[in-house]
Amino acid sequence: MIKAILVFNNSAKPRLIKFFEYYPEEIQQQIVRETYHLVSKRDENVCNFLEGGSLIGGNDYRLIYRHYATLYFIFCVDSSESELGILDLIQVFVETLDKCFENVCELDLIFHADKVHYILQELCLGGMVLETSMNEIVARIEEQSKLEKQEAGISAAPAKAMTALKEMNLPQKIKDIKLPDLNLNLRF
Amino acid sequence: MAMSTTMDQVVKRAKDSFGQMFDKSLHDLVRGIRNHKDNEAKYINEAIDEIKQELKQDNISMKANAVNKLTYLQMLGYDISWSAFNIIEVMSSNKFTFKRIGYLAASQCFHEGTDVLMLTTNMIRKDLSSSSMYESAVAMSGLSCFINADLARDLANDIMTLMTSTKPYIRKRAVLLLYKVFLNNPDALKPAFPRLKEKLEDPDPGVQAAAVNVICELARRNPKNYLALAPIFFRLMTTSTNNWVLIKIIKLFGALTPLEPRLGKKLIEPLTNLIHSTSAMSLLYECINTVVAVLVSISSGLPNHNASIQLCVQKLRILIEDSDQNLKYLGLLAMSKILQTHPKSVQAHNDLIMQCLDDKDESIRLRALDLLSGMVSKKNLMDIVRKLMIHMDKSEGSHYRDELLSKIIEICSQSDYQHITNFEWYISILVELTRLEGTKHGNLIARQMLDVAVRVESIRPFACNQMAILLANAHVFIIGSSSTTVAEVLYAAAWICGEFCSYLKEPQKTLESILNTKIILFPGHIQSVYYQNILKIITYLIQSSDNDEILAKQLVTMTIDKMSIFLSSGDVEAQERASITLHILKTVLKLIEKSEFNVNELSALFDGVLNPVAAKAQRKVAIPNGLDLDAWINDPPSESEDESVTTDSRHDNSGFFYGKHEENYSSNSYSNETSNYQQPRNYVEPTTDELEKQRESRKQSENMNPFYLKDSKKTKLTQKHETSIDHSNGNESMPSTPDKGTIPANLQISLSDQLYRQSKIDEENRRLKKKSKSDGGSSKKGKKSSKKSDIAAIDENEDDIYPTVQVTRGGELPEGVTESGHEDNDDDIGSGRNKKYDPHRALNIDFNEKPIQATYTPPPSQLKEPSKKLVETPPVSVEKVKKSKKKKTIENQIEPSTSKSKHKRERSDYKDLGSPADDDDKHVLQSAVAAPSPTPAPVSAASPVIEEKPKKKKIKEKKSISKTAIPDANDSASLLLDIMSDDIHPINQSNQQYNEQDSYKLAAQTDNLIIEYLITPNSSTAELDVTFLLKNQTSSIIDHIDIHVIDSMSSKLLNTTSANRISFTTISLFPRSQNYIHIYFAINAISFSQNLKTTLSYTINGSNKNEKDSIEFKLNLPCSQYLRKKPMNSNAFADLMSSGTLTCQSHIDIPLSNQDFVSRIKTICQSYRLTIVEQINAAASLYAETILGQPIAFLLKSTNSQTNISVDGKSTETHFLSNLMEEIKTSLK
Repeated sequence: MIKAILVFNNSAKPRLIKFFEYYPEEIQQQIVRETYHLVSKRDENVCNFLEGGSLIGGNDYRLIYRHYATLYFIFCVDSSESELGILDLIQVFVETLDKCFENVCELDLIFHADKVHYILQELCLGGMVLETSMNEIVARIEEQSKLEKQEAGISAAPAKAMTALKEMNLPQKIKDIKLPDLNLNLRF
Repeated sequence: MAMSTTMDQVVKRAKDSFGQMFDKSLHDLVRGIRNHKDNEAKYINEAIDEIKQELKQDNISMKANAVNKLTYLQMLGYDISWSAFNIIEVMSSNKFTFKRIGYLAASQCFHEGTDVLMLTTNMIRKDLSSSSMYESAVAMSGLSCFINADLARDLANDIMTLMTSTKPYIRKRAVLLLYKVFLNNPDALKPAFPRLKEKLEDPDPGVQAAAVNVICELARRNPKNYLALAPIFFRLMTTSTNNWVLIKIIKLFGALTPLEPRLGKKLIEPLTNLIHSTSAMSLLYECINTVVAVLVSISSGLPNHNASIQLCVQKLRILIEDSDQNLKYLGLLAMSKILQTHPKSVQAHNDLIMQCLDDKDESIRLRALDLLSGMVSKKNLMDIVRKLMIHMDKSEGSHYRDELLSKIIEICSQSDYQHITNFEWYISILVELTRLEGTKHGNLIARQMLDVAVRVESIRPFACNQMAILLANAHVFIIGSSSTTVAEVLYAAAWICGEFCSYLKEPQKTLESILNTKIILFPGHIQSVYYQNILKIITYLIQSSDNDEILAKQLVTMTIDKMSIFLSSGDVEAQERASITLHILKTVLKLIEKSEFNVNELSALFDGVLNPVAAKAQRKVAIPNGLDLDAWINDPPSESEDESVTTDSRHDNSGFFYGKHEENYSSNSYSNETSNYQQPRNYVEPTTDELEKQRESRKQSENMNPFYLKDSKKTKLTQKHETSIDHSNGNESMPSTPDKGTIPANLQISLSDQLYRQSKIDEENRRLKKKSKSDGGSSKKGKKSSKKSDIAAIDENEDDIYPTVQVTRGGELPEGVTESGHEDNDDDIGSGRNKKYDPHRALNIDFNEKPIQATYTPPPSQLKEPSKKLVETPPVSVEKVKKSKKKKTIENQIEPSTSKSKHKRERSDYKDLGSPADDDDKHVLQSAVAAPSPTPAPVSAASPVIEEKPKKKKIKEKKSISKTAIPDANDSASLLLDIMSDDIHPINQSNQQYNEQDSYKLAAQTDNLIIEYLITPNSSTAELDVTFLLKNQTSSIIDHIDIHVIDSMSSKLLNTTSANRISFTTISLFPRSQNYIHIYFAINAISFSQNLKTTLSYTINGSNKNEKDSIEFKLNLPCSQYLRKKPMNSNAFADLMSSGTLTCQSHIDIPLSNQDFVSRIKTICQSYRLTIVEQINAAASLYAETILGQPIAFLLKSTNSQTNISVDGKSTETHFLSNLMEEIKTSLK
């Protein structure tokens, strides 16, 4: 089981928090901070597994993380999950984000936290892995976006115009997340 | 200020009029937060106020937008639960866009305690069954996060329905969601399980994976109940190509094997194949893990046990050598599991693990460190420790250094220092460890120093002088920060120097360093030891100076001078000791001045030898006669006397005195106390006799007390003197070495290194010496062949090159007690080490998880109904038929009536969880019913003279072949016996087994399957039990076995699943394995033998496709099989013969065929289940009963010709008798 999925940046700002078990908001924030302290002091090129912190976990839980550019992706899982499998799942997740946002960067996650959630919902459900094929997930997400657009229809046009107007002032998006070479341990 | 308010109002009015167009979108909110980094909280609070306004609007899109923003704020740590009702409003929108926003918000902030959830049931139900699969999926995703017991109960059926959806997208979500339903509503598990099991074979791989996922989660919590699914998983494992599924299954098998070792044997081969073939590292790793788990649970008996271990270790080596840190880490992790059981295999890779100590990754270093302790030997200990010491110097981070330190001590001290060959080296290592900055393990080092000094006598001189150096440099320990405990070593140093002061080279200098005034800065317990040992050293000094009064006076005066400052110690204990020491010294001084001082008076204080006491000693102390620990020492005060003292406080006191044993005694003492309260109070002054007795018993108990410092034999004292004199002589002859105390640090570094090098040289020398010796031996071989064997013996033992150091292992035990009994070994840390990774323990942890709890201890009101139904409906026919028999069995074993109900419950458990899907699986159930209580009674089928209803036992055994191996026959493990029953017979049953095997007859045979059968009459009812032994000849799994028998006039197939047909859904035949299945016939006439047309159909699960096949054959039920054993005594037999009821007669002659009469009769008895009633010379009377209860009697006589036996049969059934006789005749020709 996956107990929690956290995404935060190099300065501990949360970008996505998904707990599959209930924690009050302040505990959630503490967990983010604690996890940040655990992973941020680790060098690059060390292994991606960690014993869980005191707030989340217990003996059976481990933190499995990957660090991409400015973002940490952390999965807290118990012993029924394969460590390497989860690493691949993170990779699938990030690749999917990359595909859905066309060269994903931290800003995409900042401004579209809801969409990231919807992508995650295609990936796992209730803490269990649901789908591991990137193409399948991307196809489903696109279909849902279509559905959304249909519903919005013409009524949404002014809103879109407003958004476009606002976007003009937006600083140049920095496409800074680099995907490492895909050394997948699993081939799906 | 006023300006801005009006501005806001203007903006707000503008917003209101333009609707959502000017609403702040999520995008705006995020940007706003980013632009207000300085006062983020203020900005967000304003935003929340705005959101509250927006939520008040009627516009649903505005509300949805507000909720979307709230979801974002929730991520930042803001509580949004106040908006729960608005979230539900948005969820209930009929637009997908808004619905999705609502469900997302709900999944982030709702939880099982959210009270508005009860409003959502119908809405969620509607959404689940929505025609749009995305709406349904959104609902399921949300529900999985906030489902509670009520929702789980109310929506379970809807989710079950979704499992049958045509869309895999929906099905797989429903399957996963079901697990959450089980967690919140355990009652749902039983009815849902069959459908869940079906999903294991869903055509869509995603759904299949989801089902595997859920069942693995369930099984992880309580693996025992899912053993029955092993064959299905086994098939999936050999057929699936989805690595996710494979990993899950293989992990699950790792959990199941400890419960069922036979499963492990099956797994080795396919897993090994996977290890060889897979390119996915994650799969490879899980395979290795499970193989290791298998090999741990089956310690021996596997043909290629070693090969498997070797394979695993080799593959792990590849992982560890990989540049990927993750693989390295996991490789080491798995290696440590192998180390637990196969240390040798891991030791071979010493080099690799040493390399990992250099890794830049701390977690990898720690893993490697874990491995090291299992790998040390006499040969490599010094190298390993040296390497670790070097690491310690290099490494940063006190955590890792502390870890290193404790590891060094652990590997050196393990199993009573068995790997240490050079204790001088070890002491110097310990001393070096004290220089470690900021260590938390000062205590650990101190304990080691004490332990080594006490246990290893030969090291004391060296240890003493090293400790003296430490004491001389005590000031360095003061500087250390408050977090370090390294000063603790002074405790050990002071004690060792004091206790073994005769070994000190310069005792006076040591005394001076002990008298250092700075010690008052150390913790109290260290000071105490200091003061105590001052006296010891002074005593020794005076003693060794032959009572030189001048010296004595000088010493004592100096000490008294210095000691007065210690009286101001802040610690009470230290102060008290200082005071005592000081006053003793003052008395001594007085005596010296009066010239009345005798040093022996002083030395008497420290007489005797302190020996190590075994850890178990306290428990082994026998309670002396007459000592009643529960009795009051003084009479209890009456209640009236001190009402203020509550009983509670007295209990506390007793707890204090009982110490550790409180738990054991408390219950007794409590009850005794209360009873003593009632006793009258009679306190009497003890008489002198009584006092004498008490004194006597006290002496006795002192003798028995290992902690009491005995005033023991004088010999020990003289010994001590001798050694001390020896040593002081040695001291004189040897000019004192330069003072090490002045340059401790540098010298100490080189000390352990020096010793290390020295011992390496020694080792090499010894090796060379030995070699030359053996070379010499071989050159002399021709002349002196007698020596050859000796030399060879030396050569064999590498350990010989290491000096043996006497170590006092264990410790003293009370007299008359031996270090026997492993009964309390569990407490020993040493033996506990191996248990640390016991997989059983890991599995048992979660036994109280919700779903399992419910199935084991169902809440009486809720679960009664379903469980009752499940127990009673399917086996009803079975129980009816078997009733009488079962009852009999129970009586037979004199079981208390409660056990019956217990069995019943167990059976229901097993039924519910083992195979809830198979309501039609009566056969398995039946065999469980048939043997409600397994009493392993190895009945030799060869001996017919068994009195105690042997027939019944035999039947029972056949039905539960090899069940005896398992303590509980109703255990689901017995089910597995039927599933995979080759090579599973316990050894003690093997003889029995052969007899059984022998009597199986071939029924039919094809290329795929061999069918053999054995008929056993029921011991009490008119039934035959036909056991088929199916041997799978293919390399695929065979299942879906189905038997169809056409009933005849006199026989009827029982327990059919459909007309004349029984399906064995739970039975799978593994490649090249065999299995038993049972069918039962009710017999209503026995006159003629029968040939029943039988069809056995089955499915071969080939790699590409499943192939259905069937075998048709005649099942022969001969007359002889209608007989059952019935012992009868000769009187009853005579009565029967004379009663004239046996009207039918028949006669045949059978050949003796080179056997003697007695053995011939035995074979006949065995083949036809006859019992010998009486045997006289060459005649015997035999008896049996038909399964309809008719008597059959035979008289066998050896005829004159000596080649034939004449057989006369009598019965009430003419046809049966003649057919039986005919059968006997033809078979024995």
